[in-house]
Parts: sequence; C-alpha cells; structure tokens
Amino acid sequence: MIVEKRRTPRGHRKAAQESVSKTLRARLPAFPKRPKVRGGDFLLWLCAVTTGAVLVLYLMLLGVIAVNGLQSLWPKRVVTIEMEDGRRLIGQLQGHDTKHDRYRLYRANRVFQGDDFVWIEADQIETKDYHRDIVLVERRENGNLIGYLRAIQPGNLVSDEAALWQEVQKRRARVMAEEALAVTKLTKRMATINGRLEKLRLERRRYEDAGREPPDNLLQDETRLHETYLELDRRHLRLMASMRGQLVVLEDAAGIRHLVPFSQIVRAYRPNRLSTFDRLSIYGDKLVELFTEGPRESNTEGGLFPAILGTVMLVMLMSLFCVPLGVLAAVYLHEYASEGWLMTAIRLAVHNLAGVPGIVYGIFGLGFFVYGLGGSLDELFFAHKLPIPTFGTGGILWASLTMAILTVPVVIVSTEEGLRSVPRVVREGSMSLGATQFQTLVRVVLPMASPGILTGFILAIIRAAGEVAPLMIVGVVKMAPMLPVSDEFPFVHLERKFMHLGFHIYDAGFQSPNVEAALPMAYLTTTLLVFLVLCMSFAAMVLRARIRARYSELSL
Amino acid sequence: MSERSSANTVFQLPEGMPIAFELNNLNLHYGSSHVLKNINMKIPKHHVTALIGPSGCGKSALLRCLNRMNDLMERVKTRGSVKLEGEEINQSSHDIIRLRRRVGMVFQKSNPFPMSVFDNVIYGLKIAGIKDRKVLRDTCERCLRAAALWDEVKDRLHESALELSGGQMQRLCIARAIAINPDVLLLDEPCSALDPIATGRIERLIHDLRDHYTLILVTHNMQQAARLADYTAFLLNGELVEFNETSTLFTVPLERRTEDYITGRFG
Ligand SMILES: Nc1ncnc2c1ncn2[C@@H]1O[C@H](COP(=O)(O)OP(=O)(O)OP(=O)(O)O)[C@@H](O)[C@H]1O
Ligand SMILES: [Mg+2]
Repeated sequence: MIVEKRRTPRGHRKAAQESVSKTLRARLPAFPKRPKVRGGDFLLWLCAVTTGAVLVLYLMLLGVIAVNGLQSLWPKRVVTIEMEDGRRLIGQLQGHDTKHDRYRLYRANRVFQGDDFVWIEADQIETKDYHRDIVLVERRENGNLIGYLRAIQPGNLVSDEAALWQEVQKRRARVMAEEALAVTKLTKRMATINGRLEKLRLERRRYEDAGREPPDNLLQDETRLHETYLELDRRHLRLMASMRGQLVVLEDAAGIRHLVPFSQIVRAYRPNRLSTFDRLSIYGDKLVELFTEGPRESNTEGGLFPAILGTVMLVMLMSLFCVPLGVLAAVYLHEYASEGWLMTAIRLAVHNLAGVPGIVYGIFGLGFFVYGLGGSLDELFFAHKLPIPTFGTGGILWASLTMAILTVPVVIVSTEEGLRSVPRVVREGSMSLGATQFQTLVRVVLPMASPGILTGFILAIIRAAGEVAPLMIVGVVKMAPMLPVSDEFPFVHLERKFMHLGFHIYDAGFQSPNVEAALPMAYLTTTLLVFLVLCMSFAAMVLRARIRARYSELSL
Repeated sequence: MSERSSANTVFQLPEGMPIAFELNNLNLHYGSSHVLKNINMKIPKHHVTALIGPSGCGKSALLRCLNRMNDLMERVKTRGSVKLEGEEINQSSHDIIRLRRRVGMVFQKSNPFPMSVFDNVIYGLKIAGIKDRKVLRDTCERCLRAAALWDEVKDRLHESALELSGGQMQRLCIARAIAINPDVLLLDEPCSALDPIATGRIERLIHDLRDHYTLILVTHNMQQAARLADYTAFLLNGELVEFNETSTLFTVPLERRTEDYITGRFG
C-alpha cells in the first residue's frame, strides 16, 4: 500500500487513466467497420427527386402559359384553303387536333362571319396555298380583317397591287401624323376647358346654395368658355368626319367588300410577304404595344399598360402602408410587450390572420375604408360634389389599404423572426454602453433584423400581387377611363379606380363576349403578372442578399 | 460551513481605503435556480479585483449585478443591496443609463455591432450625443491603441467589424468599453480568445489603468489573477468562499476549498 502511494504523481495518473480507458473500451459497443448509410442515400434521393418533380411541374405550368401567351403575338402566314364542298376559307392555322385530325383556322372578320375560329377537317381540304397579296389589318374595333386590297377612297383607282400597297402605307402615315395628332390636341384642350367649366359650375353652385346671386363676370366667363367648347367640339366633329372619309377597301374570302378608315388601322401588313426580320420587328412592335398601350375590344386586344401601372402602383402603395405598420407592431410585440398568456393569444391571432381568405378583407375594406372613411371624407371635404362620391367609392387608396391589412400579418411574423435572430449579447453590448432600449433598437437591432423585415416585404408583395378577390369590391374595374397618375395636378389620384393584371386575366379569360379570341390575351396577361411578381420579389431578394452579406459574419 | 463563510466575509479592507462597490446580502435567482447566495463584499476603488471560481459558479452573474445587466433578462430576481460609492444602485429608481456609463463592461463572448470598426468604438459617444468628428477620431485612435488593436486595423477603420478575427473582435470590445471613459471596468474573461502577445498587451493595459480605474476581472487563469489583481475573490456554487488580498489568497488561503481550487485538485 505504502509503496503504491509513493508513486510519482505522473505514474499514478497514468495508472488511473489506463484503468478508466480500459473499462470504457469494454463498456462501449464495438463500432462496425463499414457503417451502413444506405438509408441516408435513399432519403437524399427521395428529396432530390421530389424537389425535381416540383420544379418540373412549376416550369411546365409557367412554360405553357408563357409559350401560349408569347406565340400569339407572332405574325403567322395566311393560308387560302379550297374545301371539297367548294367553300373557300382564308385565315391563319392555329393548332392541330391530332385526335380528330382537324385544324383550327383563325379567319378574323368576326363581324360578318360570327366566330373568329372554325374547325376544318383535314381530309376535306382540297388545296392549300399562300397568296402573296393577302393583307391583314388590325383594327381598333371589331378585331382583325383579312382580305385583298382593292382601292383607296377618296382617290383615283390604282390597279397595280404594289402601287396600291405603297399608297396605303403613305396615306396611313399621313393620317396618323396629321389628323390623329390634331384630334389628340383638340381633345386635350377640350378636357382642360371642361375642367375649368366644372370649377366655375361648382363656384356658381356655392353662391346659389348660399342664396346669393353669382357675380356677373363669373356667368360671363362661363358662357364664354362654353362657346369656346362648342366651337372646339364642332371642329372635332369635322376632323373626325374627314378622317372617316379616308378609307381603304378590302375584299374578304366571300367576296364581301369592307371599308376601313385609316384612323381605325392599328397595323397593316401582308403576312405572306414578310421576311423573318419583318416578322421579328412586328413581334417587337406588338410587345412594345403590350407594355405601353391601353386595351381594346373589352380587354381582349391591345396593350396592358393601365393594368401594369395599376398593379405596380397598388403593390407600392400597399408596401408603403404595410411595412411600417407590420414592423411597428412586431417591434412592440417582441421588444416591449411582456410575455404572458395575452401575448401568446395575440401572436396566435396574428398568425391566423395571415390565413383569412382575401375576400373577407375585401368586405372589411368596403365597409370600413370605402363607406366608413371614404364616406366621411366626402362629407367633410367634397360635399359640393355629392351625390357623386369622390372617396366614398372604391379606389386605389382604399384597395391598397385593404391589401395592407391583408399582408400585415405576414410582415409581423417575419419581422418577429428577424428580431428573434438578433443575439442577446449584441443587445446587451449596446445597453452596456449606456444606450436606451430605443437607441439599441434603432441602431443595432433593426439593422440586424432587416433581412427578416425584407423577407416579410417579399412575402407581402407576392401575396398582394396574387390577390384579386378583395380588389374587385374595393376599386378594380374592367376599364378605367383615367389612370391613377396623370400630368394634371396633383398627379397622383388616389381616389381613382384602377385596372389590375389579376382582374384582367379573369375578365379577358372568363367575362369577355368572345372568350376564344380573348384566350391569347389571358395567357399574355398571366405571363406578365407572373413576370412582374418575379421582378418585384427578385429586386427585394437582391436587396436582402446584400444586407445579409453584411451581417453574415455575426454568428454568435 | 456557515461558521466558515461568515468568517471569510468578515475580511475587512484596510482602514480608510476608498470603496467602489459594497454588496450586502446580494441574492440572485434566474428563474428557479439560486445563482448568487448572500454575497457580502467590498470592492476597493482604483484597484484590480479578480473573481475566480469553477465554471458556472456565478462569476458572470455577479459581474452583471454591478451594472444591472441582469435587468434585461426575464424571470430574474435580484435581492439585497449593491452600493456604488455609497449610492444604492439596485433599485428601480436609480438612473440605469448613468450607471452603465460609469460602469463599462467587456463581455465573455465578443459582441461587435454590425457596423464599421470606427463606428463600433465610438458607439457609446455617439449615443451620448457627441458629434465632434475630431473628438470622435481621437478617441477612436486612443482606445484602439490602448486595446492593442490600432496597428492591425488602422487601415480598415471603415470596414465592417464583423470581418475581424475572434481575438481582434474581443479587443475591439475592450476599446469600445474604454471609449465611454467609465470609472469602473468589468472584464469578463477578456483574454480567453487572445494569443500570448495580445494577452500581454491587455494585461499591460489593465496594469496601467489600475491607478485611475476600478477594475474587476473574471479569469480562469490563476497566474493572470496572481499577476494582475490586488484582491481576489473565490466563488463556488454561488457563494463567496474567500475574499482577500491576492498574495494572501494564493499563498495562505484560509479555506480548504480555496486551496483545493488553486492547486488544481478540485473543480
Ligand atoms: N440566462 C440564464 N438563465 C438561467 N440560468 C442561467 C442563465 N445564465 C446563467 N445561468 C446559470 O447561472 C449560473 C451562473 O452562471 P455564470 O454565467 O455566472 O457562470 P460563470 O461563473 O460565469 O461560468 P463561466 O466561467 O463558465 O463563464 C450557472 O449555473 C448558469 O447555469
Ligand atoms: Mg462567465
């Protein structure tokens, strides 16, 4: 015993360790030489395959929409078909039904022939050929017209086809450059005068309401302006008449002659003579039109500019309201309110609010914002215009507020997540240097939580851009006569109704009188909406990535 | 046991020595766990006091009582009295912002803010409302030099502090705490992530500061405590086991438990 005790400390420790490690070795299970991890491999494969499948499905969905939308702008060749029964059809082949072996032919000329499209059986086709002189005219009204060029009115009859086509181009350019420009100027002046007249009328009514005679010069001004207006109106009518008198005469497949005023022509081309470059330039032209022009023919043709503007503006206004609101609420909930059952209940309620269907918010918006707030605003500030409502009816302001209420829960939830991710030691560091809780919040916590806030912002944009139902009752219309932004004071008109891509899809795809002809427009609008949402959230994501890169080192 | 611990708390600082902190029956609970038990001690002004003890014994908790950092935590309860130069600080009416400007702290985990090195150092000045660029620049340089960091960061003052190494971050936090010119500096294992050279410079700094600052240092390094501290307190399981002059505590500890700990036979 004594001898053992006298061991050097090192030897003693070594002996003790040996025995411990020996028992440890004996107690622990023997480890297999080659661990079996095939289960892990399988799980990995399952995950990869599932992800792949989901991705493929999404790409297919987007692809179908985009291809269908974008190909509808391509200027196709026009075929002339002689049928076995002697009928002659002119049109563009759009699609082949392999099951019944029949073709879908786009004949245009819908006013005379009823439908734009016919199905023709492949085995009844006798001959197909592509006549080089066929002209396709896109009109402002009544859709496209396909036929042969016959004459120009007024004017000497030109028999030569090529010369006629050249004359058409020249005449159209002139009409567009001169007459159309004059009309635009005229209508603008008339609108200005109209606005001044309306002001004078309101002023006169104020006098009358007060039981006083309006002053003479007011009445004189009103008469004078009214006369100017009538004169301009007469000039406008004359101009329109002269423009309507300049026509191009086309003959369709059935031999019927159509008169198309030059001012009605959006675009005219000979589809069977176009080179690839010509086709591309027409395609580009149509794309530009899509982004810059207003819709025609009850939203089935023309551009989407008002709808794009409305959507972007709605989302921007909405973020203006929902981000500050959500951040403030989240800051209060997470930083200031003390934890307890009440807080748990509130948090639960907020999470659940994110799942309430949009239409419920729409009804709330109609009752609270439109009728409640808007109605009171009208009574207070726009009483002279009643019974015509100003703010007491749906408009872009109320729509964006409704959307903000709808998206605030999302912002709250992800901002709270962001706040939670700020390490306690960093907050304590700030407080230990004499900062108040508020200073800590503003200078340290909020910057570090900003990726979370931006995530909320992205989710809010995505949710808002995709909602249509609530908008339909708080301000979206099929056709807005005026944009919510304009060059007249105060430039942004928050009370105005607006158009929206989501509603446009519904309207073109399901509500138009000619659904088949409107289908390409529905596809195009969908493509654009998806593209727009992608753009907006991508921009926000880039921003978030930049911010995150600044704080990524801080993994405490 | 009670006899012994009472014997230790009886230890009196030399007559007439100015006192920074005076703790009386300080008890701290985190939720249901009793972290500090009846602490009584007087921490002398303008000296270095070291707190030693095994991991989890409550050194950080005690330090956090001195600038009321524990207030920030939930379900925490502090009872007893803490006086700073005769003024009771452990009551809600005490101006906590002024207290924290007087009692600076360097945390066990380094916690730089996600901003530039320069902004980190002058953070305390900025929130106090100091805007003079020259004052801010001078303070920044002086504090970074004191924390032995200036040479390494002088060319990247305006780059993110999060790109510094762990040891540099720790020294940055020291510079940041000195910048507010506190009377007391609480240092929670300031050298645990530093190499011997940086450790040496921090120790030099502590040594230089002792004449005009009250320093309280938590360390696991006995040699460091012996080198730097004038007084040393040994904590065990939330109790103050022994508090004495460093030379006495390390050479002739009164308590068996202290002796076990400093000779490494324990904990
Ligand atoms: N936030 C907290 N909530 C609950 N208990 C805590 C909390 N922080 C610390 N504790 C407990 O308080 C006790 C003292 O912790 P403290 O951090 O003061 O230890 P320490 O002496 O600083 O240890 P170390 O040397 O490892 O830093 C520990 O038992 C720990 O488990
Ligand atoms: Mg600690």
